[in-house]
Amino acid sequence: MSIDSIYGLVLAGGASTRMQRDKAALKYQGETQLDRAVEALSRYLHRVYVSVRADQTSDPTRARWPQIVDSVPGSGPIVGIRSAFAAHPNVSWFVLACDLPFFSQAFINPLIRARDAEGFATSLATAYRSAHDGLPEPLCAIWEPSAARALEDYQAAGGHCPRKFLIRHGAHLLDLPDPRALDNVNTPEEYAQAVATLDDSAPMQLKIQYYALMREQAGRSEETLQTSAATPADLYTELAARYGFTLSREQLKVAVNSEFSDWSRKLAANDAVVFIPPVAGG
Amino acid sequence: MNFRFTQTAIDTESARRGLQDLGSGGYASFEGWVRDHNEGREVTGLEYEAFQELAVKEGERIVAEALRRFAVKHALCIHRVGSLGLGEMAVWVGVSSAHRGEAFDACRFIIDEVKHRLPIWKKEHYRDGDSGWVNCERCAAEPQHAHAAHPHRVAATRGEPV
Repeated sequence: MSIDSIYGLVLAGGASTRMQRDKAALKYQGETQLDRAVEALSRYLHRVYVSVRADQTSDPTRARWPQIVDSVPGSGPIVGIRSAFAAHPNVSWFVLACDLPFFSQAFINPLIRARDAEGFATSLATAYRSAHDGLPEPLCAIWEPSAARALEDYQAAGGHCPRKFLIRHGAHLLDLPDPRALDNVNTPEEYAQAVATLDDSAPMQLKIQYYALMREQAGRSEETLQTSAATPADLYTELAARYGFTLSREQLKVAVNSEFSDWSRKLAANDAVVFIPPVAGG
Repeated sequence: MNFRFTQTAIDTESARRGLQDLGSGGYASFEGWVRDHNEGREVTGLEYEAFQELAVKEGERIVAEALRRFAVKHALCIHRVGSLGLGEMAVWVGVSSAHRGEAFDACRFIIDEVKHRLPIWKKEHYRDGDSGWVNCERCAAEPQHAHAAHPHRVAATRGEPV
């Protein structure tokens, strides 16, 4: 199979009731969740659509992307998935919810590989196994054309939960590499927490200057690097591993932006950091 | 500006003149020189390296503390960086004040604090061809030695060890 036969579908038709704000428009690291999701899928898939309700087509967050408008009755994610199959019956759909801030492109390829190797031939869908309850994660999954008819029947019988659907029909499952990767965000509190977590772990650019013994051991007097180190202490651990510094952190002081600093200070983008080995002036 | 670095020989005469004041009855200075031995090894020369941006700020703070604490009139510290040969002057401190006692005390305070607090490093070159960063190499070999525990000797007069 080639990935040309898989299209992306980002589900953005939800009501965001508990959040009381449009979840697709929530921003993380300066970008809306919808844009993050579409852009991640677009790195691997040639065609990616946003699933919207009929009254959302001109919404500014959604209008910039190709859309698939709900074309079957009812509400909920199954309607979005069925509408995608109605529009393109012969392709498989990588379905992705737009309230998964910790999802990244790293989780796309494993799913495609598992689907190509086995899922496509054996199941209606290939999905991650939830790290929390072992059940399938239907909204980060590849759905096969053979699911369309079964979904229609399931909905006609009053079913509306895609997870229960996959449990009943048996999806091809694989383990999630990062347990929190598909944690979703439903309330303002969860949103605030997710923003803080992502900001903390976001790589940022720092400038490091090296002097004396540190300069000789690092083999350079300065560098600019991308790091996820949150504090000077974390940064020293990272750089000591890279350069094999012989001094332990307890023997050093540290300066940030040309002032002495605490080792636990929270670093900000473009901070200039200097590790200060034992001094010997005079 | 009460603290500065220089790449070239310290001009003590002009530095001293800058401290002169008709209200001062006393002047004390300290000079640190490159010595030909350290910890039992024969030294042939030194290199001083400094994180100048921070060292100048911290050096200014040290002199400001001395001016306040000892109520002296003027104080100045100049530190060399780069390569120095034996006998060359590495650091100079000068203080002028109404009376000699405060001048001596402030001078001693400044050189002690400079040695402890400023991000300045000294690499010694030895007769046997080896070299090492003072206070760093031995610490690295024996990490149980906190560097603050190393003795810091201060010369009070010309000719004593720096």
